[in-house]
Amino acid sequence: MSVVRPAFSPEQLAEVRRLQGLYPDPRGALLPVLHMAQESFGHISLEVEAYVAGLFGLSPAHVHEVVTFYTLYFREPKGRHVISVCHNLSCHLAGAPRILDHLRRRLGIDVGETTEDGRVTLLSVECLCACEHAPMMQVDDRYELDLTPEKVDRILARLP
Amino acid sequence: MTGEKILTRNFHRPDSHTLKAYVETGGYQAWARAQAMEPAAIVEEVKKSNLRGLGGAGFPTGMKWSFIPKGHTGPVYLVINADEGEPGTFKDRYLLERDPHALVEGMLIAARAIGSATGFVYVRGEYVEPWRRFSAAVREAYQAGYLGRGFDVVVHRGAGAYICGEETGLISSLEGKKGWPKLKPPFPAIKGAFGQPTIVNNVETICHVPHIVNRGAEWFAALGTKTQGGTRMYSVSGRVNRPGVYETSVAITLRGLIELAGGVSGSGRLKAVVPGGSSAPILRADEIDVTMDVDGLRAAGTMAGSAGVIVMDESVSIPEALLVVARFYAHESCGQCTPCRESTGWIHKMVGRIVAGQGRKEDLDTILDAARRGAGTTICAFYDGAVGPYISYIEKFREEFEALIPK
Repeated sequence: MSVVRPAFSPEQLAEVRRLQGLYPDPRGALLPVLHMAQESFGHISLEVEAYVAGLFGLSPAHVHEVVTFYTLYFREPKGRHVISVCHNLSCHLAGAPRILDHLRRRLGIDVGETTEDGRVTLLSVECLCACEHAPMMQVDDRYELDLTPEKVDRILARLP
Repeated sequence: MTGEKILTRNFHRPDSHTLKAYVETGGYQAWARAQAMEPAAIVEEVKKSNLRGLGGAGFPTGMKWSFIPKGHTGPVYLVINADEGEPGTFKDRYLLERDPHALVEGMLIAARAIGSATGFVYVRGEYVEPWRRFSAAVREAYQAGYLGRGFDVVVHRGAGAYICGEETGLISSLEGKKGWPKLKPPFPAIKGAFGQPTIVNNVETICHVPHIVNRGAEWFAALGTKTQGGTRMYSVSGRVNRPGVYETSVAITLRGLIELAGGVSGSGRLKAVVPGGSSAPILRADEIDVTMDVDGLRAAGTMAGSAGVIVMDESVSIPEALLVVARFYAHESCGQCTPCRESTGWIHKMVGRIVAGQGRKEDLDTILDAARRGAGTTICAFYDGAVGPYISYIEKFREEFEALIPK
């Protein structure tokens, strides 16, 4: 198996240096650069961790510790879209379990899984702080609010 | 009682997030005024206003600012906690999206007060749109020359971890580490971000500052109670007819606030209320004639916290609600301190079997024991926050839990 080594473009490397320059210690830019890495490489594999560690002069172990601490970094390939259903208290009271069940059925996957065609990863997450519009979920960058099973179907139909 | 809107006054304008709208409605005049004030005079004014931290702890803001060591010659950092994550809270999202320049102006004034040349705004990773809106406002403020002349703002995105809302966890995360809270002392004001004196303030707290400078400490103090000035933005959700953000005096009662949000929905009969985000001990229906200020709720045995109010009507199962809350604390414990790491998972498991009808007779007392023994033994307040619901849900609704446990 050939391994493609992850690498940023010259423009991205310039952005890494700009970000590093914003902090009194360049290491402050680690989270933003990991966001960039995930956008570029799809997910943060051990190879990506080692690559990013090299950009900071940090040990890969340190970067691994950081990546595994936060929920928004994916260590495995994810779907083209990520649906995160809030399951905390206000959404629970407003019927989040029903929304999650509906998504499980429609997508044919359980929480934490990705559809076979690689289209959608389904997650169930803690409070996204849009409780006034419960039940709600995040689809990629967008908050989808005041959900009903019908609204969920319309949202799914729009996802390429 | 609801009175004048201060923080939310521009929210009705579709362009409220723009520099144009902000300046048209008096924006950046406080900054002009503050530039003519001595830093110590700004701190004094904020002290006199009785502004309390609105992120959760309720600490007096002016006093916090005064902890920066006198005569410190190195950098001082201003860090804004926009890592909103307390379940039931959504006010800072509104401020970042609808009035981002209020935060920029408040930061300029706060930075002058504490002698800071660099501010960091830590926005939770999931808040993509608020992050874009706020970043756009920062760019506008640079173009207009408010920023970049002695004070710079760095907008920083988190990556998903509730604990980064704890101020020292946030600092660890800002430094490029996992968000583990740090032992205090030293407090951040002495040794904070990157080892330098640092003030960490919540978004809403700082958004109040321009108004205090413009209209005076006495005006602000008079809006609230004896020990807490101003209004605050209450996030009301759960079983109410009109969930949303309500800006009102901190002297409003919980009953008044629920009425403001359209009253109880569902069965229409109130059962319980979480008054200050999920970490605040729960109140029964007969305990809602309390004022919603920091000290009023403390006297009632709970806390104002982040002012996230979650209303539950008679049809809500309290054990099931506790299961949801216990899952949250088990998931979000950072794992640093043993009592928190172990108990949050264990208690989640026990509440789970109770709700599944497989609880053991001793489970409730075991939960209470683990909660009481662990409280106060950890590096940060996270476990104390978890203990609030564990103990209060069980003590106040014990018969509901017992009914689920096989005899």
